[in-house]
Amino acid sequence: MASKGSPSPARDAAPLEADAHSGPAVSDFRLANGLEVVVIPDHRTPVVTHMVWYRNGSADDPIGKSGIAHFLEHLMFKGTEKHPQGEFSNVVAELGGQENAFTSVDYTAYYQRVAKEHLETVMGFEADRMQGLVLSDEVVGPERDVVIEERRMRTDTDPGSQLGEAVAATLFTHHPYGKPIIGWMHEIEGLNREDALAYYRRFYTPANAILVVAGDVTPDEVRALAEKTYGQVAAAAEPPRRNRPQEPDPRAARRVSLADPKVEQPSLQRAWLAPSYTTGAPGEAEALEVLVQVLGAQSTGRLHRRLVMEKRVAVAAGGWYQGTAVDRTRLMLYAVPRPGVTLEDLEKDLEAVIAELVEKGVEPSELARAKTRLIADTVYAQDSQATLARIYGSTLATGGAVADVARWPRDIEAVTAQDVQNAAARWLDRRHCVTGYLLKDEDGARAA
Amino acid sequence: MNAPTRPQAHASRIQRVVTPGGVEAWLVEDYTVPLVALEFSIRGGSSQDPEGKPGTAYFLSAVLDEGAGPYSADAFHERLDEFAIEMRFNADRDGLSGHMRTLVKHRAEAFDMLRLALREPRFDAEALERVRAQIEAGIRHEMNDPDSMVGRAFFEVAYPGHPYGRPGHGTLESLPTIGRDDLDAMRRRLIARDTLKIGVVGAIDAAALAAELDSVFAGLPAKAELTPVPNVAPLGAGTRKVVDLAIPQSSVRYGAAGISRRDPDWIPAIVVNHVLGGGVFSSRLFREVREKRGLAYSVWSQLAPFDHSALHFGGTSTKNERVAESMAIIEEQIRSLAEDGPTEEELDKARKYLIGSYALNFDTSTKIASQLVRIQVDDLGIDYMDRRNGLVAAVTLEDARRAARRVYGDGKVLVAVVGRPAGL
Repeated sequence: MASKGSPSPARDAAPLEADAHSGPAVSDFRLANGLEVVVIPDHRTPVVTHMVWYRNGSADDPIGKSGIAHFLEHLMFKGTEKHPQGEFSNVVAELGGQENAFTSVDYTAYYQRVAKEHLETVMGFEADRMQGLVLSDEVVGPERDVVIEERRMRTDTDPGSQLGEAVAATLFTHHPYGKPIIGWMHEIEGLNREDALAYYRRFYTPANAILVVAGDVTPDEVRALAEKTYGQVAAAAEPPRRNRPQEPDPRAARRVSLADPKVEQPSLQRAWLAPSYTTGAPGEAEALEVLVQVLGAQSTGRLHRRLVMEKRVAVAAGGWYQGTAVDRTRLMLYAVPRPGVTLEDLEKDLEAVIAELVEKGVEPSELARAKTRLIADTVYAQDSQATLARIYGSTLATGGAVADVARWPRDIEAVTAQDVQNAAARWLDRRHCVTGYLLKDEDGARAA
Repeated sequence: MNAPTRPQAHASRIQRVVTPGGVEAWLVEDYTVPLVALEFSIRGGSSQDPEGKPGTAYFLSAVLDEGAGPYSADAFHERLDEFAIEMRFNADRDGLSGHMRTLVKHRAEAFDMLRLALREPRFDAEALERVRAQIEAGIRHEMNDPDSMVGRAFFEVAYPGHPYGRPGHGTLESLPTIGRDDLDAMRRRLIARDTLKIGVVGAIDAAALAAELDSVFAGLPAKAELTPVPNVAPLGAGTRKVVDLAIPQSSVRYGAAGISRRDPDWIPAIVVNHVLGGGVFSSRLFREVREKRGLAYSVWSQLAPFDHSALHFGGTSTKNERVAESMAIIEEQIRSLAEDGPTEEELDKARKYLIGSYALNFDTSTKIASQLVRIQVDDLGIDYMDRRNGLVAAVTLEDARRAARRVYGDGKVLVAVVGRPAGL
């Protein structure tokens, strides 16, 4: 079933973890300057997906400079000593390639998708901008305005996004996952050329990067091309470090509420701090992955069954878990009420679903369905070179290894009903959660 | 499997499968990944909604998988999950489409579930009531969402009194009036074999596919009963429609009459649109609006060929104070293309991009299956994938200028804005 257009709270980019256990033979090696290289062969169509991932994201923004990782991502398209502004994009366009970039809390990535014979060309350009970026105030100013418009478009015109920012900022009281990826408006407005270059020099080095090439190529071809292009980039004296304050164990339940005259459809969300694949004990993140599938699967999860089908208090209910993360991360459940149902009542119903699971555990059929779905997604992922490239890139950029991706279906298979029940009891504690309400501002609506 | 070395290699691998029951599908057989992907489309989407009941086709598309045959809604979804089958349906202005993807080991179950959804949907009262509430929640969510609002405003002004001017998801007034009988009548009218186009990619051979297709589709009515929809030109060029909303940034859509998919100038028009605001960082709108002036994050243009009308269409989002400036720049670029066409260099770059990027439409099974359906719907011929890049390469400067003149005409567009634009 499609989502039927029902609104659900926005989620941050949370790449799927997936597998290739019967899939492509993935190679992984390093160049002398420290660049890690992953090659994912897919010979069905003569195209390649070429990505470079840097192990830094918005959670590495210096204090007072929120948004710099994302701003620099924009500025990376402004040209280098060798190739002035526009040349790289013009060449990619003339080759019939597609390109873009994205910034997450833990990483920043750049990609091009081109016919395989053009791989060397894009590798050459991408290697060049790893260290050759040139910025002038003339290009930095208008691009800052672009980012400000981007923030207005994504957040400042959307009450749901504003609540999402408030929930994250409340859940992470100390860790920088609480800052928006795009940055706070007043700090974006102050970002300048020097900030961008300082950040660039700190993080854009071969040893901090991961090259992922997926498509109609062999590991030997990629190795030779990588030596010729990225291999020429000088190694940095020391690999950059992420300096992040860690989130303390939460002691309090917190609530945030956003009321806006534009809200016609209220919603409820609840978020918890949870271990990631990187921070969790073995099997812990996998258990959370199965747990959120059991609770939040679109038309068959517990929340849907109890709140939408049986009690008929919600039109939609679900959840997600951002397991692919460097530090302790978040798990979120949400529900959208039917007309006439208050968020307070809906919240009690949502709590009852969690309490039931903590007390009585999961049924064998639920567990089997959740695992089948998660593991099947890894087969479906093999159908898309771009998806595979993203899975490997995000795993490696958050501290995982190629072997972790391959092992993932077996680790999911190993999750027991007891593991899921324990994870729910341990992490979905109502005493430590953040509850977010999105409401209509009736007074404001009258005033407007 | 032999690795194809050219994008065209796919075209020569397309098999036209015609079943004993008279169902046709195009198939690309490929055993690299153990799955089967199927896409289909049927003509007549929300433009077939009965008078006073907008949203019927969309409602139908949302409820087909909410219980069918022996399975109630929850049993149906559990069975899909148990076998990891993906299935979804959608309705747009001109058609109803379906997507199914399955692991090859669950192929039999997957085709059977698709058969049940299309042939024996239950429309149980519980499911109808629940899905109606979901669609209504979506409508409420979109009520003050700038992008949703501006799209609605544009189409209301451009197509008054025509099905294209009505909201495809329905309204809070229309949805309660759409009942089981309406949905079942819509299903019987629309879901028929004569306008059905199917594309399949994956680990299945023609004989096995033919048997599966017959079980799903052969029993459908031979002919759809479509209400004639008048061909219309969009109205409002040269006018502005502003919808007030208290937000710091305005959402803008502009457009005017475009060109039909079957027009001989379609390919030159695609090239010209690419120069104006196609999906690269070097388009005129990207350069002038975003890169040089920092007016917007998003600015784009497209050709929208519907079955009964055609638009050139575009949009941006910019702060209220600079909407007038942004629209002036966009309209200046449209006029300049209409009068002078693209430069030789722009034409060359656009041709190269469109030719080179064609292969990127074929790197997943679902994308290939969608292309197989699209080519059938547009009646372009089974060899189109082989011919398409040649058609783009053949576009001359004269073709491009002619197409630009025809598409952009006098340069006047209807502009819809949601926000608090200054000086517009």
